[in-house]
Amino acid sequence: MRTVFVAAIIGVTAGLAAVAPASAATLDDVKARGYLQCGVHTGLFGFAEVDNDGEWAGFDVDYCRAIASAIFDDPTAVRFTPLSAAERFTALQSGSIDVLIRITTWTMTRDASLGLTFAGVNYYDGQGFLVPADAGFETVADLDGGTICVQTGTTTELNLADYFNSRGLTFTAIAVAERAEAISAFEAGRCDAFTADASNVASARMTLSSPDRFVVLPDIISKEPLGPMVRIGDDQWLNIVRWTHFALLNAEELGVTMANIGELTASPNPEVQRLLGQSGTAFGEMIGLTNDWVARIIGAVGNYGEIFERNVGGGSPLGIERGLNALWTNGGIQYGMPIR
Amino acid sequence: MAGEDATFLRPAPIPPRAPPRGVRGPIPWLRRNLFSSPANTVTTILVLLFLAWTIPPLIRWAFIDAAWTGEDRSVCLDGGACWAFIGAKINLILYGQYPPAERWRVVVVAVLFIAGVVPLAIPKVPGKRWNVVYLLIAFPVIAFMLLTGIGVGLRHVPTDRWGGLFVTLVTAVFGIVISLPLGILLALGRRSRLPVVRWLSAGFIELWRGVPLVAVLFMASVMLPIFLPPGVTFDKLLRAMLCIAIFYSAYMAEVVRGGLQAIPKGQYEGSMALGLSFLQRMRLVIMPQALTVVIPGIVNTFIALFKDTSLIMVIGLFDLLGMLKSATNDSDWASPSVPATAYVFAGLIFWIFCFGLSRYSIFIERRLERGRQRR
Amino acid sequence: MPFAGLLNDTRVRAFVLQLLAFAGVVAFVAWIVSNTGANLDRLGMGIDFGFLDDRAGFNIVQTPIPYTNDSTYFRAFLVGLVNTLIVSALGIVLATIVGFAIGIGRLSSNWLLARLCTVYVETIRNVPLLLQVVFWFEAVLVLLPRPQAAITLPFGANINNRGLYLPAPAAEPALWAVAIALLLAIVATVVLARWARRRQAATGKPFPIWTVGAALILLGPLVVFLLAGSPVRWEVPVFQRLNFTGGIVIIPELAALLVALSLYTAAFIAEVVRAGVLAVPRGQLEAAGAIGLPPGLTMRKVVIPQALRVITPPLTNQYLNLIKNSSLAVAIGYPDLVGVFKNTVLNQTGRAIEVIGITMAVYLFISLVTALAMNLFNARVALRER
Repeated sequence: MRTVFVAAIIGVTAGLAAVAPASAATLDDVKARGYLQCGVHTGLFGFAEVDNDGEWAGFDVDYCRAIASAIFDDPTAVRFTPLSAAERFTALQSGSIDVLIRITTWTMTRDASLGLTFAGVNYYDGQGFLVPADAGFETVADLDGGTICVQTGTTTELNLADYFNSRGLTFTAIAVAERAEAISAFEAGRCDAFTADASNVASARMTLSSPDRFVVLPDIISKEPLGPMVRIGDDQWLNIVRWTHFALLNAEELGVTMANIGELTASPNPEVQRLLGQSGTAFGEMIGLTNDWVARIIGAVGNYGEIFERNVGGGSPLGIERGLNALWTNGGIQYGMPIR
Repeated sequence: MAGEDATFLRPAPIPPRAPPRGVRGPIPWLRRNLFSSPANTVTTILVLLFLAWTIPPLIRWAFIDAAWTGEDRSVCLDGGACWAFIGAKINLILYGQYPPAERWRVVVVAVLFIAGVVPLAIPKVPGKRWNVVYLLIAFPVIAFMLLTGIGVGLRHVPTDRWGGLFVTLVTAVFGIVISLPLGILLALGRRSRLPVVRWLSAGFIELWRGVPLVAVLFMASVMLPIFLPPGVTFDKLLRAMLCIAIFYSAYMAEVVRGGLQAIPKGQYEGSMALGLSFLQRMRLVIMPQALTVVIPGIVNTFIALFKDTSLIMVIGLFDLLGMLKSATNDSDWASPSVPATAYVFAGLIFWIFCFGLSRYSIFIERRLERGRQRR
Repeated sequence: MPFAGLLNDTRVRAFVLQLLAFAGVVAFVAWIVSNTGANLDRLGMGIDFGFLDDRAGFNIVQTPIPYTNDSTYFRAFLVGLVNTLIVSALGIVLATIVGFAIGIGRLSSNWLLARLCTVYVETIRNVPLLLQVVFWFEAVLVLLPRPQAAITLPFGANINNRGLYLPAPAAEPALWAVAIALLLAIVATVVLARWARRRQAATGKPFPIWTVGAALILLGPLVVFLLAGSPVRWEVPVFQRLNFTGGIVIIPELAALLVALSLYTAAFIAEVVRAGVLAVPRGQLEAAGAIGLPPGLTMRKVVIPQALRVITPPLTNQYLNLIKNSSLAVAIGYPDLVGVFKNTVLNQTGRAIEVIGITMAVYLFISLVTALAMNLFNARVALRER
């Protein structure tokens, strides 16, 4: 019996070693698997959350669906892996997920030392503070000597220390792994303020039991360009994620929406023709996709503006202004590289 | 006791006590059990005060001030438990994101499971052997096909849509079914004559017993593919379930080892003298005795495993606790009493299962004890 | 047939089997290592512990050893480790006290008390610890007032939802005299205890070593302390705008984790203690009663020493569980080893293999040391058969 056991171990070992598919191309793995593995937030209203019907919804989630549509022409060919801040990089490094779209700030350290890279900035944000309305805080400096709830392993945690240190202010940081815990600790009065990216803070305020008792301070203390991440060394995959983002921006700029995409395939505008794969140049195939890739994306999730409005903008309870995230033509800094 | 010289012994005989007045009825019972001495009386009063301090607010919170029905948080603002929230989210709590049209499959699997476990748990029902075959071989295959929809032509439901109590139970049952046989193998390995096998088993057991499950789960959930060839990855839920199963097999091994050590050497020698092979010795002589001795230990390990399935929430899986927590984030229901209600409800569910298991273990223990006394 | 003969030789078979098993495990480990190496190469990472010397840049709420956000990651690791040890050590002490009390309470002749203890055990041990940790955290925060309305305690201490603030003693030079007095008193007590044991063995005369020892250790240093003119300044916490500053703080996270851990483990210890006490044969109790030992002395001299033999091994397991369970601190933000190192440091550096490796090794080491210490204790209380 023991012989069998030992033989089984050796057999399994040899068998596993033989499996080794060894393709380093993420796109091939994804296609072979039949779905995209997308790492998202565990629950952030507006960006990634399971709604009442049990479906994932949100700004980041729509980006996952856009990539899945580009590859499979099926926005549901995604499996979402909810990740805490502390898990996200390890999950992407190890290959548990194909792409990380989880409000992650683009920094030099992260770009250079994690074996990962950013594909673009899908949301320009900055660090904000949520405080009780009756506490009399007007600026961040009023929090001197106070206690601040923050999520562990975020850039916010580091910015906080820098901001207070450089101004000679003191504070106590309560660092919690789960955002929900940080918010509930703040609501229970453990902290004087809750800090995170401004969009995150706005979303947090909505989920409190009485949002009116809390205000967001006007100060923004940092730059938080949030973007999708992929592993280094797979340029094809990087291009797919990056150009999905640019395609969404270009579509908005050219007025291509979910509603009019059907008619626009016959558009005389050469830019629209190139975008929708009608120009004769095989843009989609250059990055390993089909030529109607943008049509697939827009048909499934709409353009950047539609995604924004639906999840975090005027069409959602969050009602966040476009601000920096408006197109460059409208005074913002979202700028889609030309498809040509 | 200090002070006087010499000894612990009492120098004078104790004076005889007066005969007891009455021994039956409620008043003597009270006197005997609650007021037998001044210290006892003080204890009783203190306990009563403690109960008077804790019970009424609890009842007021859970029943009197509680909101039983309602559509959103507006009914839950007066401080009592918010049972309406549980009612509104019950499908999410039970099935997670399992597609509503397919939920009958979960129910069918649950019924099949109960049909297998109940006769097994009642000692008098015959056919235990077939029962075990059904539970360990037929049921897992049927359950897998039904739940995922693979191989039976139903709609495929990937595991990232599984959630709620359903995932808690699947994880627990999977862990229990895998950890027991694996634990037995490890225990045998640890008591093997062969030093290499012994060291390897002992090392494996102590390694798992020495580290926290949270860290192991983290490894299994996000790091595992780093140890595998590129592109090889398998289901996240399966990884977590395997991780819990292997972790608890180490604890199970120690329990089984206790049972093996309790078997008199004569049993080993006797079975060897009969010329039984290793497998026959284990199957026919040693294991039946060793496992019966440690049934309470095994059930306790099952209970611990069951409770620890709640940790899969930490790695972002939506088990009962994870689902409840994510449901409390719903802005329609945000109110101070909702999280408290959710925690109490989750605690209650876990308590029912674990308490039931522990009662059952006591029942089996008593039965075995009776058997031993008769001999 | 030499080959078949070899196959049937149990020694040869055993050797070959072990060789195969060993080779299998080695091959498996080598396979894992080579995969990991290849995967890390693709990310251009490699295994490198150099990051431990980099600046951490984040703050930690409870720093028992000096730490600022300018300290290194290694320093942050040490802070997390010490925090884990603090909560584990306090938890073990509290859980043991509560556990013994509840375990003996379950055996009480007072019906109400015994039932209450049973309800306690059956409730606590059948609910996941994670839930209890979160529950106590919320409870602590709900029950305590904001710092502005802190509950004032004697000696300048106060309690609010930012923590329990105690005055911190600051030593002055003359405190050395007190320390020396304390040391002398302890040495004297140990010597006295030896003498008392020898005398009791020789003559049967007992000596009140507990009373005398306690008096020596408490009163001796106190007298010196007063003679030296109370060489301690008390730094009292002061309210400043938002928070109290100064003094010693016991943060709510620590309090909640400590309460949850010790109450949970106490339920298991209670069962261990009850089983241990019940394992003492009735004859022992009856014999103690027959020679006229009062109940307290019966407990101390007859029951406990024998029960300890049964109690120690499972008690060790409970202690080990408590240490590992302290990692649930992550759920509420207590900065323990897992929270500071495995969560924050890992995420700031992305060094998963190194960080997880160190974390696992540390827990394994703590567990082994605890097991070793308890095994030594077990050897002391074990039955010495002639």
